[in-house]
Amino acid sequence: MRLQQATRLALYSVLVLARDPTRQLAVAEIADGYDISIHHLAKVLRTLGRAGLVEAVRGVGGGYRFTGNAKRVTVFDVISLFEDVANPAPDDHDVLTPAARALGLILAEIDEHAVATFRSVSISTMLKIIERTSQRATADRSKGSEAQDSLDLS
Amino acid sequence: MAVARALASPHEDAALSIRPARAEDIAAVSELDAAITGLAKPAYWRDLFERYGTRRQDQRFFLVAESDGEFLGFAIGEIRAWEFGAPPCGWLFAIDVKPDARLTGVGTALFHALCERFRAAGIDKLRTMLARDNHLMLSFFRSQGMMAGPSIQLEMALDDP
Repeated sequence: MRLQQATRLALYSVLVLARDPTRQLAVAEIADGYDISIHHLAKVLRTLGRAGLVEAVRGVGGGYRFTGNAKRVTVFDVISLFEDVANPAPDDHDVLTPAARALGLILAEIDEHAVATFRSVSISTMLKIIERTSQRATADRSKGSEAQDSLDLS
Repeated sequence: MAVARALASPHEDAALSIRPARAEDIAAVSELDAAITGLAKPAYWRDLFERYGTRRQDQRFFLVAESDGEFLGFAIGEIRAWEFGAPPCGWLFAIDVKPDARLTGVGTALFHALCERFRAAGIDKLRTMLARDNHLMLSFFRSQGMMAGPSIQLEMALDDP
């Protein structure tokens, strides 16, 4: 499954902001590191704002902050603001041949699994996964450098 | 099979304790299950206790959570080896928490206690299986760090032509 760019930006933004709901970040700060258009991101943030997931804070030092409940809001909730994953559009070229129906069944099975997965992962769980994967990456890097050190010494 | 339902944050109640189930707990276990599923099955729970609470205690774990002597929930797990070709792993197949004790960390405490017993038995993988529309329990297991495993469950209707 491939998510549209706006959907991915929305998820990245929610995750960056939910990490510390007391902190507000400017659009440029959120965009930092993702190589994305600030204009596009601002539009995405407005949609998130209308859904009550983020709030715009005006004035000097203003920006956006996360206002949702990270334990209750799921990845599916964010995705469904931008695309209809629960009811994917049929392929334009589909005609109801037996082969198309069979393919439709298989694709529907994949979609059902995807939706169940998105619905089951809260923003809080995503933050835990991010933390775990970062720790693993750090540990792997440290193991790699230890191995390199021992090679250098031998 | 009992359906797991607990959603919890780390428990801070020092009075909470997790211990092996005893025969006198089974009435409360059965009552909790009946209240949630709407179906009383006392004989099933007595049989389950007989199999998981009294035999092969190094591989089968029937745990109960209590606070100040009050029953709060239970979890059942078992080490299964070479099922579907899989090396020995711990299966969590029931976890349930009283509705008024949810969101207090009881489910998490039961989950961790079961994981500890599996680890102590030399097991390094935990598995479970549940309906994909059981969003509440899927969320609970995912919040504990569980991810999709390597197996895919398949089925077919035997009355299909």
